[in-house]
Amino acid sequence: MNCSDDLTITRRGVLLAGCGATAAASLPTSAAAQGAATEAPVTARVTLDVNGTSHALELDTRTSLLDALREHLHLTGTKKGCDQGQCGACTVLINGRRVVSCLSLALMHDGAKVTTIEGLGTPGSLHPMQAAFVKHDGYQCGYCTPGQICSAVGMLDEIKRGVPSHASGDIAAQPLLSAAELRERMSGNICRCGAYSNIVDAITEVAGGTA
Amino acid sequence: MKPFTYERANSPAAAAAAAAARPGAKFLAGGTNLLDLMKLQIETPAHLVDVNGLALDKIEPTGPGGLRIGALVRNADLATDARVRRDYGVLSRALVAGASGQLRNMATTAGNLLQRTRCPYFYDTHMPCNKRLPGSGCSAIGGINRSHAVVGVSEQCIATHPSDMAVALRALDATVETVRADATTRTIPIADFHRLPGNTPHIETALQAGELITSVTLPPPVGGTQSYRKVRDRASYAFALISVAAIVQRDGTGRVALGGVAHKPWRVEAAEAEMPRGAKAVVARLLSGARTTHDNAFKLPLAERTLAAALAPGSTRS
Repeated sequence: MNCSDDLTITRRGVLLAGCGATAAASLPTSAAAQGAATEAPVTARVTLDVNGTSHALELDTRTSLLDALREHLHLTGTKKGCDQGQCGACTVLINGRRVVSCLSLALMHDGAKVTTIEGLGTPGSLHPMQAAFVKHDGYQCGYCTPGQICSAVGMLDEIKRGVPSHASGDIAAQPLLSAAELRERMSGNICRCGAYSNIVDAITEVAGGTA
Repeated sequence: MKPFTYERANSPAAAAAAAAARPGAKFLAGGTNLLDLMKLQIETPAHLVDVNGLALDKIEPTGPGGLRIGALVRNADLATDARVRRDYGVLSRALVAGASGQLRNMATTAGNLLQRTRCPYFYDTHMPCNKRLPGSGCSAIGGINRSHAVVGVSEQCIATHPSDMAVALRALDATVETVRADATTRTIPIADFHRLPGNTPHIETALQAGELITSVTLPPPVGGTQSYRKVRDRASYAFALISVAAIVQRDGTGRVALGGVAHKPWRVEAAEAEMPRGAKAVVARLLSGARTTHDNAFKLPLAERTLAAALAPGSTRS
């Protein structure tokens, strides 16, 4: 390609410019509607154990765990989808439990053990769930995949611990490992490419193939 | 999100005092609803009091034979507790009918009670909403209101309370225990905890400024067949159009509470006298005086049919 500098416009640049224009245009309305004055950012210290490494950070109090991972620790395997807790792309494990990192402040997890997709396995040594997603083609574009895999790992642990679900016939019994259970329990992870059936196959294999 | 200062509380009373001392302060527990609303600048707290470090995460037996649930017990842990699954099945079922696996690991018992409506106009800061901006008007009345309330509504607000858990707690006659900024404590029956919108839809609960929920207590088990049926637009991870928490005894008597119909979990004890006569008779009393719109009138027959399914012999499924 042979572009002159003033024609080299990246898609990200255009999006940023567009967002800025929108924000500026809507600012008077929202400021008036909420009646809140703009104040200076506040920072605070937090220590996170991410994938076995301790990180001492000084962060704007508003920083979500997701943004701390991506923007401050540069662990970009965890994806930002909706940023509203609806899509599950940002799912990570905190002390072994799956959560959506977008609806959590980094400050809430001082001293906690965070496991991201980078901590589950490496390209040379895949986690069994990662290997199963590859084997069963459990993705198309791959954007939801890190969240799907972290969620699936946390979910199988929940079944092992006897956590019931909406698909459980007898709420007091040990949950079964059926396809209906896996689908219900994975409903917090959206795949817009629609790889769901292969995702269920991948999880089923890791779970022991009893579904 | 607006900037805010942040502190971690050391005790429930200190948390209440800290929140009361700072105008615009909020408690932060699971964060799953508050942070979402802060990103949209619907909630703009100047100060957050993080209560996650308080030791309010236990489920303990009470003297009379009930259970005291700490305010910070996560929804997933409450649903999984063996005593809850055995003796309060309606609560376990209601919990797993709500949100997603990830959110149930984060959301707390107290936070679930305090979550705010998902009315799309409450969420759209460009539209009038009396709940978000008192006096600005209600966009849902005359707007898109298929998911909205049909009983206990006012000219100012027709929003529903989104919680499933609270519907089960209403059927179980739970109580909410709190500590106030002056360190005094009190117990609020779940029936009195949430308010109808009236002329002040922005005031949703009986809590005072700085008042912190410390626990929710379940009375001794009442037995019966317990079920929670939820009807929604997709099979999982959606809010209720109609939900029914039912406890049915062998003689046909029992308790019924509805979700998705009002600004609070909806239960009318007098209607329960009709249970042996069936769902139609119960719903006629339960939803008498309903004020529907063109788009949500379907909720009346849907409530009746959902209750009929819950009352059918052998119904425990949600």
